[in-house]
Parts: sequence; C-alpha cells; structure tokens
Amino acid sequence: MSGIILPGADGQLFQRDRDWHPKADTPGYKSTTFRAPRHSLLSLGPTQSEMTGPTFGHEKLGALDNDLIRNFSQDGTDAIGQRMVVYGQVLDENARPVPNTLVEYWQANAGGRYRHKKEGYIAALDPNFGGFGRSITDDNGFYHFRTIKPGAYPWPNTGNDWRPAHIHFSVFGHAFAQRLITQMYFEGDPMIWQCPIVATINDKAAIDQLTARLDRLNTTPMDALCYRFDIVLRGRRSTMFENKLEGN
Amino acid sequence: MLHPTPTLKETPSQTAGPYVHIGMTPNFCDITGVIPQDLGKTMINGAVEGERINLAVRVFDGVGVPLFDGVVEIWQADASGNFVGPTAPNSNAAPAFTGWGRQPLSEAGVATFETIKPGRVPGPDGKLMAPHIALWIVARGINIGLQTRLYFEDEAEANETDFVLN
Repeated sequence: MSGIILPGADGQLFQRDRDWHPKADTPGYKSTTFRAPRHSLLSLGPTQSEMTGPTFGHEKLGALDNDLIRNFSQDGTDAIGQRMVVYGQVLDENARPVPNTLVEYWQANAGGRYRHKKEGYIAALDPNFGGFGRSITDDNGFYHFRTIKPGAYPWPNTGNDWRPAHIHFSVFGHAFAQRLITQMYFEGDPMIWQCPIVATINDKAAIDQLTARLDRLNTTPMDALCYRFDIVLRGRRSTMFENKLEGN
Repeated sequence: MLHPTPTLKETPSQTAGPYVHIGMTPNFCDITGVIPQDLGKTMINGAVEGERINLAVRVFDGVGVPLFDGVVEIWQADASGNFVGPTAPNSNAAPAFTGWGRQPLSEAGVATFETIKPGRVPGPDGKLMAPHIALWIVARGINIGLQTRLYFEDEAEANETDFVLN
C-alpha cells in the first residue's frame, strides 16, 4: 500500500517536550543567566533543512577512537582509573534503533580534572588520558567504548558546588533537528541530587533517564566494570491516511 | 489507535559545559593524535558548484560579551538546493561538498566556516525558501542546544517571501 508512512518512517518529528528538557534560564546554574534566549522560540520546520542531517561512515573511525584508556597514551601504558565499558542503544521515541549515527563523548580523568588549558582544578593530570572518544552505532543502534570512571569535581557556581561523576555525550541522529547534547551519570551516586546542573531538569524520571545502570553480568572478568546508557532521540510521527486499515 | 503517543521520552538535554571543545574539536584544544582532523573542519573536498563564501558566525551573550567557549555547527544545501544524502555505512568517501561544518568559537566569539552559498530549498508549503543555513550552538550555560538559521542580506527579494522571515 503505497503512501502509508509507518511510525518513525517519514513523518514530521515529534515536537520537543520543553518541560522534559531543562528550561533555558535556570538561576541555580548561574551561567545560564546571560546565555538563555530572551524571546520565545520560533518554529522553523519541518523542511529539508531540519529533516536531513550529516551522516558519517564507519571507515572514518580509527581503531582506538572508542578506547579512552589507550587513545591518548603517550608511553603505551593505560590511563589511570576504574576501568569500565560503557555501552548502550540509540533509539528514537518510537523505540526504533538509530543505526549508523555518530556518538561522541568526553570526560574528566579519574581525579576529576579535564585536559584543558582553562581547567583550574588542583587534581593531577594523567599524561595518558585525553578524555575524548567517538563511535558510530551498529545496525541495531548500539555503541560501546572503554574508559575509566571520571572523578567528581568542584566548580565555583555558588561557591562550593560539585559535579557528580559524568560523561558528556553528543549524538547526531539522521536529522539536524534531532541533534542532542547531554550528560550521563552513574547509578547510585548521591552527588547527582545535589548538582545544580542536574537540577536544571525538573522531572525526576527525566534525571533517571540520564543515569547509566551498572550491568553486572557484562562486566569483563578481572578487567572492567560495565555500564549501560541508552539514548533516545526525537522520533517521527505517523502520517494518517483515511484508507489506512491497520493501526499505528 | 488514531493518535499514538511515542513510547519513549527523548533523552533530556544537558549543557555542553565549559570544555565542549575537548569532545567536539579536540585538536583545537591540543588533544592531538587521537583523530587526524577535527570533524566538520573542512566542508569542501573538491570541485563544487557555487559561490565560495567565508562565513564568520559571531556569538554574544545577553550582555554583549563574546561567547568564547562554545561550538557552532551548520547544515546547509548545496548551490542547487540539494542536501547531501546519507553516507553508506562502510564508506570513507567524503562528498565534494559535505553541507555540514563544525567550528569552535574563538576567544573573540567567532566561528569561521569556508563554505558555499546555499541554493533555495522548498518550504513547508512547497514554495522555495530564501537561501539559508541552519545553525546549532552549544556552550556552557546553554541547557539545550540553540537551533536557528541565518539568511543573507543580499537576497532581499527571496527574503521577502520566506516563511520564517515573514
């Protein structure tokens, strides 16, 4: 039956739930004060400018791109820290896997220090840890990488705020309007609930969605812990046809 | 079910943070040797149709201070108004014009792209939109990436009928 568009196939993207995402102006996170839009948002789409987006071939990746324990090693030894594998599935809101999409991630080292010239925290740099990696999801939408657990660290904000251990994620999807940046936290970390950046999100269930689960069964024996972090991108809605017999 | 609701919620956004350059332009911030070149740095890889332009995107905060710690991405059509199609998963071929660029904001709050002037693309009503480039801006203090567009001053006639501008 030509002309029928199944859920997630070719319809417009679901509107973003702006109450689920953090608001732009969140006084508890002071940096937002002058960086939040003052005007209400305009609707731009959906046109090809929003519904298409860049894609990347697997061949672009190097063998160590998803190995933060080794990909910046200066002397051939491993980065210092709690070894772990992070993996997960990129899905859309219709629970369909998003294959062949680029996932980038970056993080502080085991002491909570970033490799950046503006980083001022006193924790030591690890000469063998850069803190950056990337993957492209497989046919089923899965990515994985190896790293060390990042440390918590203090930041000024209101004087003595602390970030919980976290990993930053950038995900593309297949449409530029699906573009997403977020952060992954660790199951059971009490620091999550005192973080002003986490608290920019109002809904506890939404915060829970950013919390990776310890996957005890998939730990690597005598080697690495394992955490699972699934990521959901905007999905496409159905386009209804009056001659459509089956439901969605 | 006539109006199905999505079964999953979109993963909520979090700020890219002050060190977004580590993750998105690692070579720019001296994390070298991991990847050969920052992704999106080069948009033109061969002979392409169209007018070559240098695009400088200046970003300021609400009190006029340049944003020095963010990243700007752009996505645009080629000179004929067509977007690059999906890359084959096993391909390493870069299209002559990628349509996608990513640049770090400098200390002066400027991201500079070497690209081409985009052609016109159909809008929601099927009428051609004015030439434009989609922008996505992320940085510390931005809780969810800012999506907007830029248009061209020298396209006054096309701009007069564009559905976003009018």
